[in-house]
Amino acid sequence: MTRDYKKDFPLFENRGKRGKPFIYFDNAATTQKPRQVIDTVRDYYENTTANPHRGAYALSNESTEVFESSRQAVADFIGAKTEEIVFTGGTTEAINLLSLSFGAVKLKEGDVILISIAEHHSNLLPWQRVARVTGAKLRYMYVDKNGRIPREEWEQKITNRTKIVALGHISNVLGSINPVSEIIKKAHEAGAVVLLDGAQSVPHIKIDVKELDVDFLAFSAHKMLGPSGIGVLYGKYELLKDLQPIKIGGGIVEEVTEHTVRYLDPPWRFEGGTPNVEGAAGLKAAIGYLQGIGMDKISEIENDLTRYALDKMRELPEIEIYGAADSNSRAGIISFNIKDVHPHDAATILDSYGVAIRAGHHCAQPLMQHLGVHSTCRISLYFYNTREEIDLAVAALGKVRGVLGYGDE
Amino acid sequence: MEMNELYTDIVKEYSISKHNQHNLADASIRVPGKNPSCGDEIELELKIDDGIVVDAAFTGIGCAISRASVTIMIDLIKGKTVAESKELADIFLKMATREDVCETDLEKLEDAAALQGVSNMPARVKCATMPWHTLCRALEE
Repeated sequence: MTRDYKKDFPLFENRGKRGKPFIYFDNAATTQKPRQVIDTVRDYYENTTANPHRGAYALSNESTEVFESSRQAVADFIGAKTEEIVFTGGTTEAINLLSLSFGAVKLKEGDVILISIAEHHSNLLPWQRVARVTGAKLRYMYVDKNGRIPREEWEQKITNRTKIVALGHISNVLGSINPVSEIIKKAHEAGAVVLLDGAQSVPHIKIDVKELDVDFLAFSAHKMLGPSGIGVLYGKYELLKDLQPIKIGGGIVEEVTEHTVRYLDPPWRFEGGTPNVEGAAGLKAAIGYLQGIGMDKISEIENDLTRYALDKMRELPEIEIYGAADSNSRAGIISFNIKDVHPHDAATILDSYGVAIRAGHHCAQPLMQHLGVHSTCRISLYFYNTREEIDLAVAALGKVRGVLGYGDE
Repeated sequence: MEMNELYTDIVKEYSISKHNQHNLADASIRVPGKNPSCGDEIELELKIDDGIVVDAAFTGIGCAISRASVTIMIDLIKGKTVAESKELADIFLKMATREDVCETDLEKLEDAAALQGVSNMPARVKCATMPWHTLCRALEE
């Protein structure tokens, strides 16, 4: 019997007081926050607020200590060196930073940027812009009907013209886990660097950047129990060293004269402006919470829940599930449609039963076009969800067509 | 809010009925209507002759609320003058956004008054109003 993790999350308790069920199945969008994270952020505000790296007084030193020890915690969590962790506003900002400081500077006409058709807009639009500005070509790896990128796609499309492969580790629509180790190896053989969008993977599976040999990794704190407004760009130090900052201003310089500037070393040179110290502290607390359970255990719980949900949903003939049928090759993200039902109606009706799911194109319009669907419903799970919640949600799914006036067939 | 106040019998019936969902071969105007956030995407086609909406139809994809709304709207405006159609749109948009609408005006909406329930659901108001906004744009052209 696993313990009731929900007890650590005040929101579930507070929602529960309303006397109606509250089932949160939109964890790919954002996650709820445990007391440990909330207390840490409050404690920072109440006891340590100061501008880090600036003041020659004890409080500022303590704030610096909070900020830099959070960087250390992130580094340890993904197997990186401390100086390889750049704090950003989130995954989107991390990818924007890389696309502008690497892509827009290093790429030229004739070079190829390779991404997959399943990318979230945040790992697509920055590269579209780089391609427009530099004349480099944006190419796509296409997924099959199971949401997998066939081997031929990356084996053939990674060539010596490919300069960067920017790939979602786990699709936020289909939940498919991409074969990133093999793709990274192939990209390196061709002389390309690889950015992984880890927004949907870092919160759910154990990741070691050195083992993966990945060049850059972006992720967000709020999808892994931490605060909004903070995320991470990991980069191999020798690559970061070669990049210039995009966001320039206070706190990132060694020396400024009237017409010249010498920036600090990475990671600090990329962090212009007063940083989000409370966010970093909250992220550290979130990592501590996740490590307390263990990432392997988290994956195991989610895998069990995903298999259970897929099995239950398949019992409803009116539901069409997208992506892989096999729960071992997918994370806890399930996109589906109900026959004749627009996803927006499904989400409204599920909400009336206390089940929060997502409906729409999930910021992945090219994938929707590729799959030939207009939009989908999406259930996304986290370790604090339970089989009982899945039972309630599936029961509600079974009622949707009836509410809309479609008779049983 | 109870689901049967949103998905009333009238809304259900019109959302399933496809009698206005087709192309008009001799349309005098075609105007697209979109709700990017939820993915409603329709095209409204009108045949206007001598200031009268002689025929109307739509194509596209939408949720039950937007489909019911556009279907009822088309039934309602067929045979009406452009001025009358505009007036109906004004009344409907007021009703959906909880502005005061008198009883006599509400009666003019006929079955469209069944969509009043969406005014209590901020997330769905746009689904109901999108076809009527599209109509306003079409009539201005």
